[in-house]
Amino acid sequence: MNSSAPFTPVIAGSAAADSVPATPKNVAHRGGPASPAADALRQRFGAAVQRVDVVWGETTIVVDSARIAEIVSWLRDDPAQRYDFLADITAVEFRDAEQPIEVVWHVRSLAFRRFLRLKVLLGQGQPLQVPSVWGIHKSADWLERECYDMFGITFTGHPDLRRILMWEQYREGYPLRKDFPLRGRFSRSEQLRQALSANPEARYSMDELSIAQAFEDLPNDMRRRLSEGEKTGEKTGE
Amino acid sequence: MGLSEHPLAQIVQGGEPWMTTRMDFLVNWSRANSLWPMPFGTACCAIEFMAAAANKFDLARFGMERMSFSPRQADVLICAGRVPFKLAPVMRRIWQQMMQPKWVISMGACASTGGMFDSYAVVQGIDTIVPVDVYVPGCPPRPEGLIYGIMLLQKKIMAERASDKSLRQEMEPDPRSQLYIPPAAIDELSEPFGNSVHQTRSGL
Repeated sequence: MNSSAPFTPVIAGSAAADSVPATPKNVAHRGGPASPAADALRQRFGAAVQRVDVVWGETTIVVDSARIAEIVSWLRDDPAQRYDFLADITAVEFRDAEQPIEVVWHVRSLAFRRFLRLKVLLGQGQPLQVPSVWGIHKSADWLERECYDMFGITFTGHPDLRRILMWEQYREGYPLRKDFPLRGRFSRSEQLRQALSANPEARYSMDELSIAQAFEDLPNDMRRRLSEGEKTGEKTGE
Repeated sequence: MGLSEHPLAQIVQGGEPWMTTRMDFLVNWSRANSLWPMPFGTACCAIEFMAAAANKFDLARFGMERMSFSPRQADVLICAGRVPFKLAPVMRRIWQQMMQPKWVISMGACASTGGMFDSYAVVQGIDTIVPVDVYVPGCPPRPEGLIYGIMLLQKKIMAERASDKSLRQEMEPDPRSQLYIPPAAIDELSEPFGNSVHQTRSGL
């Protein structure tokens, strides 16, 4: 695609008659051309790019864990890459305990319609810790919380890293880890006792509930209307 | 179930219209035919519940067309779908906010037993949280199944006696553990069954 015209709409049926659809049938399982981001990252970050795999036509780049935030930031801001949408953050643990745990970032370039998968390998004995990309993509907030909740991976620099799917006092561990038994560690009565003793309203931090605290962040016109005491839907001056 | 068909009800023709009946019968008859459901839909059973409430199956025939989304105005809690542990205190709170007389229908396999979700996250039967009156089997039950369950509940209500004080007793959970039945009973109710007995608690 021509990078000077970053966006061309796709019209159904407009593909050339002899073009091959990019379905798994016509794409090699392994190998094939890597995304241009791979070479660009190698040039820019050198040894921080550890490995590039192409699986089913999708590029996976294994990078150094310490530089992941820097790489995601560069991918977003570089005019030739523009990976501006963080689609997912997750982790993979393998049944083979020798294999490292992988933390995976899925980024998408809306302008170039490209997809890129970034991975960090956390080997045995390494702390389950990677830098947060919250400062670059705000969508990382809940994604990192989920990853922390399910896998116990700590994202350093995340402003509010706590459980999101399980309740905050959950004490049985990280459910998607391989050493976690399917039914949990505690007996059913103990699980129910702990769940019922939680206060359903206490799960939200006051930050999420307080409108007064959000006042400063509101747009100017809304702040003015609220400070004048205007009520929603009320007509004035008639 | 017309009032005039009841053997104790007599309507004297001619002159001043009056009738006699049993107080229990009159109260139960009015309760059973104006149950206001509190829909607690969490999963696919709720879709079938909505179908039961819509025009084809028409819950209005049973005096149930008024869905009460406030537990304080509801008579019957219909739990349609699986309940995760995180939702257990919410469901308990809703049940406690409902006024007497109140009943619970556990709709579907998941609400009744945990169903196929024999996992760390799902309550193995809502009867470990609140007392259940009618269990409707199915995955999910068809609207006919739910309606049959509702008719069973109506039968149950018709058999209630005002002199039976145990009926309207509010459930009192243990203040320390918040459980209302002994922990051993919960463990027994939650025992795996069917195919899942081949799995072990030890993991891996």
